[in-house]
Amino acid sequence: MASSNSLMDNLFQRSLEDLIKGLRLQLLGESFFISKSLEEIRREIKSTDLSTKSIALQKLSYLAALHGVDMSWAAFHAVEVVSSSRFSDKRIGYHAITQSFNDQTPVLLLITNQLRKDLNSSNEYEVSLALECLSRIGTDDLARDLTSEVFTLLGSSKVLVRKKAIGVVLRVFDKYPDAVKVCFKRLVENLESSDPQILSAVVGVFCELTTKEPRSYLPLAPEFYKILVDSRNNWDLIKVLKIFAKLALVEPRLAKKVADPICELMRRTVGKSLLFECIRTVVSSLSDQETALKLAVAKIREFLVDDDRNLKYLGLHALSIAAPKHLWAVLENKEAVVKALSDEDPNVKLEALHLLMSMVNEDNVSEISRILMNYALKSDPFFCNEIIASILLACSRNSYEIIVDFDWYLSLLGEMARIPHCQRGQEIGHQLIDIGTRVKDARLELVRVSRALLIDPALLGNQFLHPILSAASWASGEYVEFSKTPYEIAEALLQPRTSLLAPSVRAIYIHSTFKVLVFSLAVYFSAQEPISSPLVEESTSSGSSPVNGITHKSISSLVNMIEIGLCSLSGTLDVEVQERAKNVLGFIGMIKHKIAEKVTTQESETEASRAVAFMEDVFSEELGPVTSTAQEKVPLPDGLELKESLEDLQEFCGEFLKPVVDSNSNSNSFSSSENISFSVAKLRISDQKEASSSSSHPPESASLLAEHRKRHGLYYLSSQKNDDHNDNNGDNNNTLNEYPPANEISVDSFNTKKKMNQSKQRPVVVQLDEGDGLKTKPDASNNDEPLSRAIQTALMGKGKEKEREKDNHERDLDSRIKGRSSGREKKTKKKNGEKSSKHRSRRRSDKESSAAEPVEIPDFLL
Amino acid sequence: MGIRFILMVNKQGQTRLAQYYEWLTLEERRALEGEIVRKCLARNDQQCSFVEHRNYKIVYRRYASLFFMVGVDDDENELAILEFIHLLVETMDKHFGNVCELDIMFHLEKAHFMLEEMVMNGCIVETSKANILSPIQLMDKAH
Repeated sequence: MASSNSLMDNLFQRSLEDLIKGLRLQLLGESFFISKSLEEIRREIKSTDLSTKSIALQKLSYLAALHGVDMSWAAFHAVEVVSSSRFSDKRIGYHAITQSFNDQTPVLLLITNQLRKDLNSSNEYEVSLALECLSRIGTDDLARDLTSEVFTLLGSSKVLVRKKAIGVVLRVFDKYPDAVKVCFKRLVENLESSDPQILSAVVGVFCELTTKEPRSYLPLAPEFYKILVDSRNNWDLIKVLKIFAKLALVEPRLAKKVADPICELMRRTVGKSLLFECIRTVVSSLSDQETALKLAVAKIREFLVDDDRNLKYLGLHALSIAAPKHLWAVLENKEAVVKALSDEDPNVKLEALHLLMSMVNEDNVSEISRILMNYALKSDPFFCNEIIASILLACSRNSYEIIVDFDWYLSLLGEMARIPHCQRGQEIGHQLIDIGTRVKDARLELVRVSRALLIDPALLGNQFLHPILSAASWASGEYVEFSKTPYEIAEALLQPRTSLLAPSVRAIYIHSTFKVLVFSLAVYFSAQEPISSPLVEESTSSGSSPVNGITHKSISSLVNMIEIGLCSLSGTLDVEVQERAKNVLGFIGMIKHKIAEKVTTQESETEASRAVAFMEDVFSEELGPVTSTAQEKVPLPDGLELKESLEDLQEFCGEFLKPVVDSNSNSNSFSSSENISFSVAKLRISDQKEASSSSSHPPESASLLAEHRKRHGLYYLSSQKNDDHNDNNGDNNNTLNEYPPANEISVDSFNTKKKMNQSKQRPVVVQLDEGDGLKTKPDASNNDEPLSRAIQTALMGKGKEKEREKDNHERDLDSRIKGRSSGREKKTKKKNGEKSSKHRSRRRSDKESSAAEPVEIPDFLL
Repeated sequence: MGIRFILMVNKQGQTRLAQYYEWLTLEERRALEGEIVRKCLARNDQQCSFVEHRNYKIVYRRYASLFFMVGVDDDENELAILEFIHLLVETMDKHFGNVCELDIMFHLEKAHFMLEEMVMNGCIVETSKANILSPIQLMDKAH
C-alpha cells in the first residue's frame, strides 16, 4: 500500500485537514498512522520551501497537542517558520513555539530578535501574535530584552495591541522585576482609561498582582474604588472585589469604606457569580463590618436552600470561610448543614462534614458524634471513613481538649471499630494507647472496651482492625490490674483465630498474655503470704477490686491453658512470635511445679514467688508518653562538641585509608574522595583487624592510629573494642553514659505540667510541653522582594509627580533613562540621549530612591 | 495564577483541545488529563460542577458530547468560570454557526485564537463576543 501511493505522497503534501480526516478514519491502527505521519512530517519539515515547512509544522503541532507526540526536536524549524513574511506561516510558527518552547529549549535565544521585529511591526496582528507568544513562553532574558518594546506598546493607539500588551505585563514583571520601573506608570495610566476593553485587561492584571503583594498597591485604592462604584461590568466588578479582599486585609480602614458599596451590589445584582464574590469578600476580609456580614449570611442562607447543587456547595464553602470567626452563622444554618450530609454529591457532603466539625465543642460533641455515627453506618466506605477520621481528629486535638467524659469517648472508639467499612484502625489504635498512657482515670473503661474487642472472634478476620486489636491487647496486658477477669482476657488472647493476625500483632498478644500471667501469679502468691507484702498493697491500691480468692485450682488451670495455647507457637516460622512464646513457656516451666509445691510446703518465700515478684517488678514501671522533642531538651554536657560536618575527618583519615584500600582492593567501588561513613567503617575494620592479628600492620601505623584515636576519638563509632579503651577515648563513651534514658526525662518534665482537675471532675490528661506535633519551619519566600520594592519606588515616584505637574514627555524620558541606567547597559540609541543626562538622571534616581525609603502610604481615602 | 489550563474532552475521553498556561512536560500533561477526565466523566448530572484535584479546582460543564474543563486556582470564583465556559461556547457557536465537535476538530486553530483573545497569562481579559471575534474575522479576511 505504501509503495503504490508513494508518488502521490511525494507530489502532494498532506494538509492538516487530510491528517485529521485520516486519523478519524483509523479505527484501530491509530498509533501506526501517527507514526507514519510523523515520518512524513520529519521529511517535509526539512524542506527549504517555507510553505511546506509550515504545513508540516502545523500537522506536528496538532499531533503534539492532542496525541502526546513530542515536538521539541522541531524547535529550530519553528524558528525558521516564524521568520517568514507571510502571516499565515507566522501564525503557525508562533503557535508551535507557544505550545512547545519552555525554559530549557536551546534555541530560545534565537527568537528574541524575531520577537522584537514583530513587536515593532506596523501590522497589529503580527504584534498581537508576538505578544501572545511572549506571554506564554517569556523567560527572564526575553522579558529583559523586550521590556522597552512592551513599554512602547503599552501606549499604543490601537486598542487590540494595548490590551494584549497589558496582558503580557504580568509575565514580564514576574520574570524581570526591574521592568516595573519602566512600565508601571503606563500601566497605572491605563487604569483610568475609558475604553472598557483596556479597563478589563488592566483590572485583571492588578487582580493577579495584588494577590502576590497587596501592600504595594494600596496607593491605587482610590482608582479601584472608582471602578467599584461606577462599573456595570460584572467581570470587572468581580476582579475589583478580589483586589479589595486582599487590600482590606492589610488596611482595615479600607474595609469600612468599601462595605457600603459592596452591600449595595449585593442587594442590587442579579448575577449569582457577582453575588458570590461579594459574599466571599465580605466573609473573608470584611467580617468586622456588621451590616455587611449580616447581609452576606442572609444571602448564604438563600444559597443553601437553593435547588441548584452548585449554589448549595458554594454556600457551604462560604460558610466554612466564615466559620472560624463567626460560628453563629454556622449555628443558624445547622439544619441545612445536617441535611447536606445526606446529599448525593460527595463534595457537598464533605463540606457539610467539615462545617459540622468546626461547630463541635465540649457540650455538643456527643450529640454531633451520635449524628455522624448514624450517617457513617449508612454511607459509602469513602465518606464513612471521612467521618471517622474527622471525629478522631477533632476529638484528639490539643490533647483531647473537648472530651470531658473519657468513658464515653472510649466506648465510641470501640463502636467505631465495629463499623463495617472502618479503615482507620491505625489512628483508633493509636488513640486507645494514647489515652491509656495519659489518662489514668480512664484505664478501667479502657480495659473494659479492650476486653469486648478482644473477645469477639469476628473482628480478627478484618485486617483493618488489627491495629485496634493490637492496641487493645497491649492495654489489657498493661493495665490488667483493672480487669475483673484476667482469665477471660488470657483466653481471648490465645484463641485459635489469632492465627489470622500478623506476626507483629501476635507478638503483642503473647506478651500481654505474659503480663496477665505474671499479675495473676503475683496475686496468688501474695494471697498465700501470711505477711502483707508490698505486692498486695500495690495491687489493691492501683485500681478497683483485685482478684480475691484466686485458688490453686484456678491458677493452675490458667497456667495450663496458657501453656497449651503457646505450645503450638513454639515452632512457628516467625522468630518474634516463637521467641516470645518460648519465653513465656520457659517461665511457666520454671514455676509450674513450684505452684504445686506451694500447697504442700508452707515456706514464706520460694524461688517461684521470688521469680514472680521479680517479673512483676519488671512490668510495674509505668510507660509514659514521650514528646518528640524530648531528645533535643537533653542539655548538652560540657565539653561535648557536636560538629556539623565530618569533613575534617576526611583529611585525617586520608592518610589511613591507603593501607586499608590495598588490602581490600577487590571492592573497587570507592575512590579517594569517598564519603566519611565509608572511611570510618574501614577504620573500624582495620581497628578490629589490628586488635585481632598483630602482624597485619606495621607497628608504626598502629601507634599512629592509636594516637589519632586519642585526638579525635569523638568521631569514632563505638564498637565493643572501644569499651575497653574507655580511658583512651575521653569524650565519646562518657557522654553516651551521661544521657539518661528517655523514660526518666519524660516523667520529670511532665510531672510539673499536669493539668489541674476541673470542677467538672474531668480526669487528668497528661500534657507534654510544647505539644506533640513536629515543628514546621515557616516559609520564607523571597522571590517577590525585588518586585515589591520596585513597585514601591515606582509608586512613590508617581506620588511626587502628582504634586509637581510636569509634562508627560519628560517623565517618560526620565523613566526610560532610569530604566536604562539601572538595568543592563544597552547599546541602543536614546532619542535625546547624551552622556551628561545619564549622570544627572542617575543622581536624581539615587535621590528619589533614598527618599522613598520610609514608605508611607498617603491617605487618599480619609 | 487564575486559570491553569483549559481542556475539551469528549465522552470517550479523547482530548479535542488542550491549552496550558503553565509549563508541564508531556508525561505530566498526559497523566493530568487522564486523571481529570476520569474524575469528571464519572460524575453524574446530580452532582455539582466543581471538583477538587490536588491543589487546584476543576470547573467543568458538559455541552452535548463535549466536556469543557477549566483548571483554576483555589481562590478563583467558580461561578465566574462557569460563565466563562458558557461565553466560550457561545462565541464558538457564533463563529461556526451551531458549533459541534467536528467543527472544533477541523478548525482547532480557530478555537485556539478565540481562547487567546479571551485569556492571557491565565487571566480573562476579554468578555465581549464581538471584541473576541472581530480580530479573528479581520485576520481571516486580510489573509
